[in-house]
Parts: sequence; C-alpha cells; structure tokens
Amino acid sequence: MASERILEVEGLSVAIPTPSGMLHPVQNVGFHVDRGETVAIVGESGCGKSLTSLAIMDLLPLRATRSADRLVLDNTDMLRIGERQMSDIRGNRMSMIFQEPMTSLNPAYTIGDQLTEGPRRHGQSGMSEARDRAVWLLEKVGITAAANRLRQYPHQLSGGLRQRVMIAMALMCGPDLIIADEPTTALDVTIQAQILHLLAELQREFHTGLILITHDLGVVARVADRVAVMYAGQIVEEGSAHRIFTTPSHPYTRGLLDCIPIPGKTARGSHLGSIPGIVPSLIGEMPGCHFAERCRHATGRCTSRPVDLGDGLEPDHRVRCVFSPEELQP
Amino acid sequence: MFTYLLRRLGVAVLVALTVSLITFSMIYLSGDPAVALAGEAATEEDIESIRTYYGYDRPILVQYGDWLFKALQGDFGQSHYLKQPVALVIFERLPTTMMLGLCALVFALVLSIPLGVLAAIRPNSLIDRTALTIAVIGQAMPSFWFALTLMLWLGIIWRLLPITGSDSWANFVMPSIALGYYITPAAMRLTRAGMLEVLSADYIRTARAKGLRPVTVLFKHALRNAILPVISLAAVQFGFMLGGSIVIETIFAINGLGFLAWESIQRADLPMMQAIVLVLSVFYILLTLLADMLNAWLDPRIRVA
Ligand SMILES: Nc1ncnc2c1ncn2[C@@H]1O[C@H](COP(=O)(O)OP(=O)(O)OP(=O)(O)O)[C@@H](O)[C@H]1O
Ligand code: SF4
Ligand SMILES: [Mg+2]
Repeated sequence: MASERILEVEGLSVAIPTPSGMLHPVQNVGFHVDRGETVAIVGESGCGKSLTSLAIMDLLPLRATRSADRLVLDNTDMLRIGERQMSDIRGNRMSMIFQEPMTSLNPAYTIGDQLTEGPRRHGQSGMSEARDRAVWLLEKVGITAAANRLRQYPHQLSGGLRQRVMIAMALMCGPDLIIADEPTTALDVTIQAQILHLLAELQREFHTGLILITHDLGVVARVADRVAVMYAGQIVEEGSAHRIFTTPSHPYTRGLLDCIPIPGKTARGSHLGSIPGIVPSLIGEMPGCHFAERCRHATGRCTSRPVDLGDGLEPDHRVRCVFSPEELQP
Repeated sequence: MFTYLLRRLGVAVLVALTVSLITFSMIYLSGDPAVALAGEAATEEDIESIRTYYGYDRPILVQYGDWLFKALQGDFGQSHYLKQPVALVIFERLPTTMMLGLCALVFALVLSIPLGVLAAIRPNSLIDRTALTIAVIGQAMPSFWFALTLMLWLGIIWRLLPITGSDSWANFVMPSIALGYYITPAAMRLTRAGMLEVLSADYIRTARAKGLRPVTVLFKHALRNAILPVISLAAVQFGFMLGGSIVIETIFAINGLGFLAWESIQRADLPMMQAIVLVLSVFYILLTLLADMLNAWLDPRIRVA
C-alpha cells in the first residue's frame, strides 16, 4: 500500500519579540506525516515542541509570527489560505490535544455540549447524530456510562477522564491528523501510559496521522513509527523509530537514550536522560551547532557556521552534525 | 447548591435584621423623638402625652419588636407631615424609582459590556484607550455635575428632552443616563479585565482549535465566563444607584423614592425616612442575594457541586 502524505512541513520558523530581543524558539523545522503514521517529537522542556504544533495549527500567541517554506495538509496549502478557511480545517481535518486537561475544557458548558460543538460547526451532523457519535467515542476512550457523562460538567471529572474527553473531542470530526502535545504530562503517573496506549490504539483504528509530543521515551519506542528529536528550536535528528532507538547518531539523541536504548526492553515511563550543561538562549542569531556547549565531540568546525540537517544512514534518516553518521557510531 | 442557598439566605436575613435595628435607632439619633415632635412651644405635659401616644415611653426593645412586627406586615406608621400611612406613600413612589434604576442599569450595561469586550480584544488599541479615557472621566465626574451638564445641553440648549418631571418616558432618558453613567466605568473595566483573563485561558485555545467561529469563541466561550463578576457588580451597583437616585431624582424632579427621601429629610419626617432607608436596604440585600444566586446558577461548579 502506497503511503499517503497527510502533512508536510518545511522550513517552519517561529519568532517572538521579547524585551531582550527577538526569540527564535522554532527554527527551520521540517518533517512529514503519512496517513496512519505516528511521528513522535521528543526533546527537553522549552525546545519548541508546543510552539511547533501551535504553528502548524496557526494558533500561536498573538505576538508570535510564523514563517514556512511549505505547510501542506493533504493537498491544502495552509500558507495560502485565510483564517476563515483555516478555521474550517481546525478541529475538522486536523485536531489537537493539549498538555493541560484540567483547564482545556470550558467550565461553563457540559461535556456533551463541548463534544458536539465541532461537528455542528463543521456542518458534519445535526445535534442527535453528533450526540450519538459523542457517546460512541466516549465509550471508545474508555469512559463508562457515556450517555450520562454528556450532561456532566468538566469539574465533575478527574484529570484522566478529562483528557479522555479531550481525545474523544479530537476524534469527533474524524480528522486526518491529530496533534497530541504531551497529552499525559499533567496526569498521574499511573495513568500516563494508559492514555498514551489508548491514543496509539485509536490512531491505528481510525488510521489517522498522529504527531505525538511526549517525554515518555518508553512509549515512543513502542508506538512511534518515526521520531524527530528537537534541541533548542531545531530538529537535530529524524528517522524511523527503529533507527533512532537502535543506532542513534546525533550526540544529543545518544545522550537522551543513554539509559534506555532498546525498544521492547525500555521501562515504562522512563524519562529523557539528563545531559550536563544548559540549553543556549534562542534570542538573536546563533551561528553553528546549538548543542556545541554540551557536546563531547565538539570541535572548532561546529561553531564557525550553521550545521545543516544532513543525510543519515538510510533515505529517511537525517542528522544535524558536522560528523557523518558513520563517524558518530561508537 | 441547596446548602449554599440556605446558608446565603441565612446571612441575608441576619444582615436585614441588623439593618432594621440600625434604622430603628435612627429615631433616637436626633435626640428625644417626643421633644422633636412636640415642637418648640410645647409644655412638659404636651411632650409627655406625645411620648405616651407614640409609645416612646415603653422599653426600647419592646418598641423595636413592635416596630419590626408592624414593618413586616407593611405597616410603617403614619407620616408626621403628610398624615398618611407611610407604606401607602412609598408604594406609590417605588415603581418610579425602580423604573429609573432599571433604565439606568440597562443603559450602563448596554454601553459598558460591548466596550469592555472590544477593549479586551484589542488591548492597548485606540478603542481600548478611548474606553479607558471614558472610564476615567466617568469615575472622576460627580454625578450631579454630569446631570446638570446633560440638562444644560440636551434640555436647554438643544431642547431635545424635557428637563423635569416624570410623566412620560422622555423624562427618564436624561436621569437614566446620568444615573447609569456612574456605574459604566466600573462595569466596563471589569468586563475588560474578565475578558482579558478568560481570553488567555486554555479552554479558549481549545475552542479555537475546534475551528469555532470567532463570534462563538468570544461570546459563547469567553464572555459567559467573564461576565460573572459583572453580574455581581451590577446588582451591588443597582443598590447604590437607588441611593444615588436621591440626587438625580431631586435634580430632575422625578417623583420617586429618592425625591421623597429628600423631601422627608427637609420635613424631619422620621417614620418616612426610616421606612425609605429600610425598604432600600432590604431591596439592596435582596439584590445581592439574587446576584449570588444568579452567579451560582451560571457557574456549574457551584450549581452542580
Ligand atoms: N508566548 C510566549 N512568549 C515568549 N516566549 C515563549 C512563549 N511561548 C513559549 N515561549 C518560549 O519558547 C520556547 C519554546 O516553548 P515551547 O512551549 O514550544 O516548549 P516545549 O518544547 O513545548 O516545552 P515543554 O516540554 O515544557 O512543553 C521556550 O523557551 C518558551 O519559554
Ligand atoms: S556539530 Fe559538533 S557540537 Fe554539534 S552535535 Fe555534532 S559534534 Fe556535537
Ligand atoms: Mg509544551
């Protein structure tokens, strides 16, 4: 079966003016997602994962500006359409699950109202049809007594339940692509893996594309088809999950995976390994490799000029380092 | 919700009782009521007979109990000046004042909520700064001065509206503006602050991520949550406006409770003043109670607890 490209991102950058200068939290990010594929974006806190996903949704904070060479969702060039058409896409063909389930639902309206809003807005179905789908999806995400839940308000549900509602909400219009931005970070450790597996299961069942942003490398190893590793606003390595987990090339990726290298053997809930040093400031221009300050292999070549995302060990594998992937293997 | 209501109701009753006690003691604030009533030429016997006639010789608590018991039945005694039952006079005047207060409130909210929303959508824009200027001027301007200015321009120079009286709706326009303008700044700033806070809430981002239309996001998701404090403010301010109507009604010679209060003060008509203060206070208490209940009902976190 030929894979069908759902999302293509090229040269995506975000700039935010701050009192101390222009912040570049996302720099020249590019990746793609195929139908039925799960792409994981991993990286330390603050490396620009959320802003990347908000930039794709065109939901950036007011002051932030976005630029891109290419931003295509299944034949729709999202750089060429206006806000009105963009809002036709949001929640319809592309939906998002946020990091904060406790505050992402409106306290003033019932779950049922908030679930059915999307399909009604996008003219997909009438009220009763939308309710039926909401009940069906709530059951799918593992919520019991779903019909009664529709009448409840967010404050009557626990964080885990709310995030399940958010997942159901993301599926209401049958989107081609779901962006899940650290959907479990705010939840109890005991249910984090549960929710992530649920998400992966639904993604397989509905055959949507999924961008999964998470700290949980254990789950990434299990559910992701491909992985993009971000560091300080840039993608530093991208490739199949198998490639990334078995033979990580970039020194940063290797640092991350140091303690958890093999899929299948990785402990649940393992977090990103800690690498000594601090993340550079992204205010103003920065020549050379962003990771240089913390890299054991750094040489003079690394900081003199920009380092491109170069070919890796196989066609779909790319690494941003002055050394070739072969040179980087131990 | 039920226990909340019960608790809230209990507090309201307690406050009302306190207010009634204070109102009752008004009679003694200005000295011996019998002496005041009897006038300057009265003899010792006259005063004594007035004292027994009005029952001022009984123990204070008995007097209070008697007064309260009658007040609860709507009997506030006779007006010393008009020689009519106080309740009857108040009952005649009350609708006019309520009408004025309501018109003023509607005017204030119709002006302040949209302005507050606009100011919040584009913070620091021209609209926002204009609205802020209006608010600052509004808060600094004494209401009687504003009322007189309105009267001068709309009534005398342009002759658009009648200056005094309360016979037709046109008589209510200027007083409503003068009275309502006073609460506009606060309501506007509260709307603006509420909207600013709510617009940066996560659930607004969720609403936008669903592709909802800006109008839906703004009014259904944002305003609904931002409006709660404005409702409380409106209720509280409505109470204040009833007080403020003393000034406004007097200026525009509107035959309402405020004007009556003004007249009664001049006539030293104690039972009348007592009754007006009590009625307005109880009304105020009822309003805040109503606002709380409305808020509770609008906020599911309280309603469905
Ligand atoms: N509205 C904003 N104004 C200014 N700076 C911002 C804003 N939003 C994010 N940033 C900055 O941009 C950088 C990237 O933020 P982002 O939220 O994308 O990180 P993240 O990778 O999602 O981190 P986390 O794992 O903590 O969610 C951070 O350094 C953050 O401080
Ligand atoms: S470019 Fe240099 S500093 Fe950067 S990761 Fe490669 S070796 Fe390290
Ligand atoms: Mg984030």
